[in-house]
Amino acid sequence: MSDDVAIVGIGMHEFGRHDGVEGIDQGVVAVRRALTDASIQWEDIQFAFGGSQAAGAADTMVSKLGLTGLQFINVSNGCATGGSALFSAYNSIKSGMFDVGIAIGFDKHERGAFRVDLKENGLEDWYGESGLALTTQFFGMKINRYMHDYGISHATLASVANKASRNGAMNPMAWRRNELSVEEVRSSRMLSYPLTQYMFCSPAEGAVALVLCRADRAREFTNSPVYLKAAVVRSRRFGSFEVMAPHLATERGDGPTIDASKAAFEMAGVGPDDIDVAQLQDTEVGAEIMHMAENGFCEHGEQEEMIARGDTEIGGRFPVNTDGGCLANGEPVGASGLRQVYENVVQLRGNAGPRQVQGNPRVAYTHVYGSPGISGVTILSR
Amino acid sequence: MQTIPVAQGLFTGPSGAPQLLASRCTACANHMFPLQAGCSKCGGASTTTVELGRRGTLWTWTVQSYPPKAPPYAGNVDPATFEPYGVGYIEIDGKLLVESRLTIADPDFLDIGMELELVLEPLYVNENGEQVVTFAFAPVSATEKLSQS
Repeated sequence: MSDDVAIVGIGMHEFGRHDGVEGIDQGVVAVRRALTDASIQWEDIQFAFGGSQAAGAADTMVSKLGLTGLQFINVSNGCATGGSALFSAYNSIKSGMFDVGIAIGFDKHERGAFRVDLKENGLEDWYGESGLALTTQFFGMKINRYMHDYGISHATLASVANKASRNGAMNPMAWRRNELSVEEVRSSRMLSYPLTQYMFCSPAEGAVALVLCRADRAREFTNSPVYLKAAVVRSRRFGSFEVMAPHLATERGDGPTIDASKAAFEMAGVGPDDIDVAQLQDTEVGAEIMHMAENGFCEHGEQEEMIARGDTEIGGRFPVNTDGGCLANGEPVGASGLRQVYENVVQLRGNAGPRQVQGNPRVAYTHVYGSPGISGVTILSR
Repeated sequence: MQTIPVAQGLFTGPSGAPQLLASRCTACANHMFPLQAGCSKCGGASTTTVELGRRGTLWTWTVQSYPPKAPPYAGNVDPATFEPYGVGYIEIDGKLLVESRLTIADPDFLDIGMELELVLEPLYVNENGEQVVTFAFAPVSATEKLSQS
């Protein structure tokens, strides 16, 4: 494994609802916190990649951070916006072009289910008019078929939301910090069969910023550098089953998560067994379950037993979504993928307090998935 | 009341027995819905329009239990009178899976593998007083009963 790029500063604006605070200003807060964490000044940041889906162009924040003339590139890549910013920052350092830069993601969405921009998703008006342009439908249909094929139970769906709420309750940055019982989850309103209200995450607000530098300069900024071993983004291939698809092929192919995961493991030179803690996209409970297998951490169907055994709990063999995931934090699309990286840095530094994974975790994994069929994976190590 | 389709080029009709219109790649025979110019499988640039069979089997499904945001949704979103509708992917003739509304919304009556048939469903009445319809799939048994009565 090479140690080319290090994360030396992390900053986050609390996730949730922040009436009266613009998304971009939440981004500014995250940047300031990341700079403080790395003991670096804004004028020493050589480049930035940043983006949001619904809260404006990231580069306008320079008017609040200081007009230093740095190279600032806006990133817009759906649910992989944060992951794409990180991938771009990684390459900017690895190429030798720059030594120190920052990746930023922030967002602020209206309440309720995401309103889908049809044109942006390459869809025609009839699709939305006919009532098919809802991401929640895709998630319900994907897990319904998966339950049919691999024997995942309704009880297991509910227990994933129960775990997320317990982990979120231990995370001061999380939006939802109340534990929900399995029964409360199951008996909440049915939204998109088989998924109930508390099995879904909600659109939210929040921001994350990460300061990155050339690995050999990391000790200038921190005593606990975390190395970015892999950052990969993949789009969908023929035959995969993705959100916002008016038709599918009859033959099933690997989705972008499987492709991104394989590429990331290869890039990092590690395998699924080396991962000590993972943050996996949990737009809803079924996504977490399916993504465990798609990312190579188990066989399809094994999740039923793993979850019953407590494997994915913080104290389990393979802790998943230790900060409460999207379910407890909500999903500000532009920031969501970077939140996962933030949590892994906290875990690898050993700073996660009551939700700290024991045994000095050394290698950590993130996976983000979203519209229109895009996945981003990172692998970090101490 | 005059009946018009939610969009041109989606299905035949709207009178008579409706059929969905798909693009078939002239190079690799991949089928796509709605009509599109290029092939998602082989990248070929040439497609022809074909009419799909009216029946298919349900590959997966869910139920839209809450009113979608409007826009883009054009149907009834009044929480007091909103009626849930099913949504599923229907495999047609081994050619492709089409995403569609389902006429039933009760999980007890929806099963993966069940046989379904294409129907047209009223969506809304437009400003010209025309009934706008979209496509949906109904259980074959239900449509057979309708045609017999």
